[in-house]
Amino acid sequence: MARLVGRRALFAVPVLLAVTFGVFAVAEASPFDPVKAYAGTAGLTSSQENLDQLRANLGVDKPLVSRWWDWLTAALHGDLGDSSTLRQPVADAIGERVGWSVLLAATAFVLAVLVGSALGVLAARRPGGWLDRCVTSLAYTLEAAPPFWLGLLAVWLFALKLGVLPAGGLTDTSSVAVTAGQVARHLVLPAAVLAVSQLPWFVLYVRQGVGDALGDDPVRGARARGLAERTVLLKHAFRSGMLPVLTLVGSRVPELITGALLVETVFSWPGIAAATVQAATSVDFPLLAALTALATVAVLLGNLLADLLYGLADPRVGFDG
Amino acid sequence: MAETRTTAGAGTTADTGTVWRPVAGRSVAGSRKASRSTRAWRVWSSAAIVVAVVLAVLIVPPLADLDEQAVHLADKLLPPSLEHPFGTDDVGRDLLLRCVYGLRVSLLVGVVAAVVATVIGTAVGALAASAGGWVDRVVMRLVDVFSSVPHLLLGIFIVAMFRPGVWPVVISVALTHWLSTARIVRAEVLSLRSRPYVDAAISGGASRWRVTVRHLLPGVLPQAGLAAVLMVPHAIWHESALSFLGLGLPTHQASLGTLVQGARSSLLAGDWWPTLFPGLFIIVPTLAIAGLAGAWRDRINPRRRSELML
Repeated sequence: MARLVGRRALFAVPVLLAVTFGVFAVAEASPFDPVKAYAGTAGLTSSQENLDQLRANLGVDKPLVSRWWDWLTAALHGDLGDSSTLRQPVADAIGERVGWSVLLAATAFVLAVLVGSALGVLAARRPGGWLDRCVTSLAYTLEAAPPFWLGLLAVWLFALKLGVLPAGGLTDTSSVAVTAGQVARHLVLPAAVLAVSQLPWFVLYVRQGVGDALGDDPVRGARARGLAERTVLLKHAFRSGMLPVLTLVGSRVPELITGALLVETVFSWPGIAAATVQAATSVDFPLLAALTALATVAVLLGNLLADLLYGLADPRVGFDG
Repeated sequence: MAETRTTAGAGTTADTGTVWRPVAGRSVAGSRKASRSTRAWRVWSSAAIVVAVVLAVLIVPPLADLDEQAVHLADKLLPPSLEHPFGTDDVGRDLLLRCVYGLRVSLLVGVVAAVVATVIGTAVGALAASAGGWVDRVVMRLVDVFSSVPHLLLGIFIVAMFRPGVWPVVISVALTHWLSTARIVRAEVLSLRSRPYVDAAISGGASRWRVTVRHLLPGVLPQAGLAAVLMVPHAIWHESALSFLGLGLPTHQASLGTLVQGARSSLLAGDWWPTLFPGLFIIVPTLAIAGLAGAWRDRINPRRRSELML
C-alpha cells in the first residue's frame, strides 16, 4: 500500500508541474496585465517609469518560464503570493476557507454514496419494474438539472415556503460565535442539494453494476443454494456490483468540486467558491493559480483514495499490481 | 469452464466483450419488455422536442417581431397566466420570450463550443494514434494531466483571464472539453488500424497521412459526431454555470444562465417562476438530445446498448 501511495505521489509531481505551467501560459496568452490590475485607476495617470518600476517589483517583467519557476519554488516553501482581492496571503485565504468546503463536499459525498447505493440496489432488483423506471428517469432528469438551479428551488421550498431550514450562510445572522449546532443546521440544505446533484451518477452505476452481478455465476450459485433473497442481493450481488463503481469514484472528484462551487455560491457558504468567484471577477491571478493547483491535488487524492478502496474491497487486487 | 452462449442476456454483458454468460431469465425478460415498449416512444418524443426547440430558436426571433427586452413595469412579477404562460420577471418582461431568446444564445454557445471541441479532440486523437511512439505517449499523458483539473474551475480561469463575454465562454468550454473526444477518437483509430482494408491501403503504397485522412478518419466520424452531439447539452450546462456565477455572458443578454442569475432576487422574495422555467429549458432539451443520441448510438453500435450515458 505504501508503494502505491509513493508511486502516485511521484506521478503527481509532473501533473502539478504541467498544470501550473499551463495556468501561467494561459495568463501569458491573455490580454490581462498584472501591473494595470495592481495599479488600478492610479495606473491611468502614473508615469511610465513608475509602471516599469512596479513591473519589476512584481517580478512580471521576467519571461514566462522564470516567473513560473519563482512561483513554484516559493510555493514549495509555503508562500503562494498575496491575493489582491482579499488583501491577505493566498495560503491564509485558502486555509481559512478550505475546511468549510471540505466539510460540505464530504458530507454531500457520503450522503450521495449511501442514498445512491440504496436506490441503485432497489432499482437493480427488478430491471424494468416500476421502481426501476421511476428511479432511472428521476436520475436522468436530476443529472441534467444544474445544481445551482436545484439549490435555488430548495431555498424557495425549504427556507421560504416551509421555513424549516435557513436559506444560507454558516450561522444565523444574529449569532456571533460559530457553534456546531448552528453549522449543522445550516449545512443540511447545501449538503442535501450537493448530494442530490451527485446522486444520479451513483444510482445509475450501482444499478448497472448490481444488475450485471445478479446474472453472474456466484450469485446464481447463491440462489441455487437457497440463500435468502436479501443475502443474495446484499452479500453477493451488491459486493461484486460495487467494485466497478469504486474504481470510478475517484473520477467523480472534479464533478464534486464543480458542484460544490455552484452550491456554495447559492447558499453563501464561506468556502472556496466565494473566493474563487471573487478572484475570477477581479482577475486575482495568485489566488486563481493556487486554487487551480489545489483542485488538481484534490482530484489526484480522489484517484488515490479510489484505488486504495478498490484494493481493500477486492482481495484479488494487489496494491503492487 | 466452457463458454455458455445464450441469446438471452447478451445485451447486458456483451459491451465488455468478455465471456458471455447466461443471465437469470427473470431480470432479462423484464428489462427487454420495458425497453422495447418505451424505446420507440422515447425516440419520437425526443425528436419532437428537439425539432420544437430548433424551430422556436430559429423562427421566433427573426419572424415574430417581439421585443424580449421590452420593459413593462406595471406588469412586473406576474405569475404564469394565459397571457404570459411563464409569467413575467422583475421588470415585467415576458419570461417565455426571454427563455426562447436565452435558449437561442445558450444553444449557439453550446453548438459552437461542441463543434470546436470535437474538431480539436478529433485532430489530437487522430494525430496521437497515427503518429504513435513518443508523440502518442506525450500527448495522451497531457490529456490525462488536464483531465485532472475540474472543467468548471479551468473554465473560470480562462474566462477570468480573457474577460467575460460570448467568445471567452465558447473558448473556455471548448478548451476544457476536447479531452474525452481525443481519447475516444484515439481508441477508435487504433482499433480501425488493425482492419484488413487499412493493411490493404498500406500495402498499396498509401502514405501515413493518406491512410489517416482517407481510411481512418471517415470510420471515426460517427463516434466523433456522437460525442459532439452529447457535448452540446454539456456545453450549455457549462455556459449556464459560468453565467450564473457572473463570469459568463453579460447580465442584460438573455441566456439560460443569466436568466437564473437574474431571478435570484425575485426568488428570495418568494416568486418561483423566474427561476423554475429557465432551468426547465436546460433540462428538457438536454434529455431530448441525450435520448436521440442514445438511439443513434444504438444504431451505430448495438452492442453498447446497455452502457450508461449523459
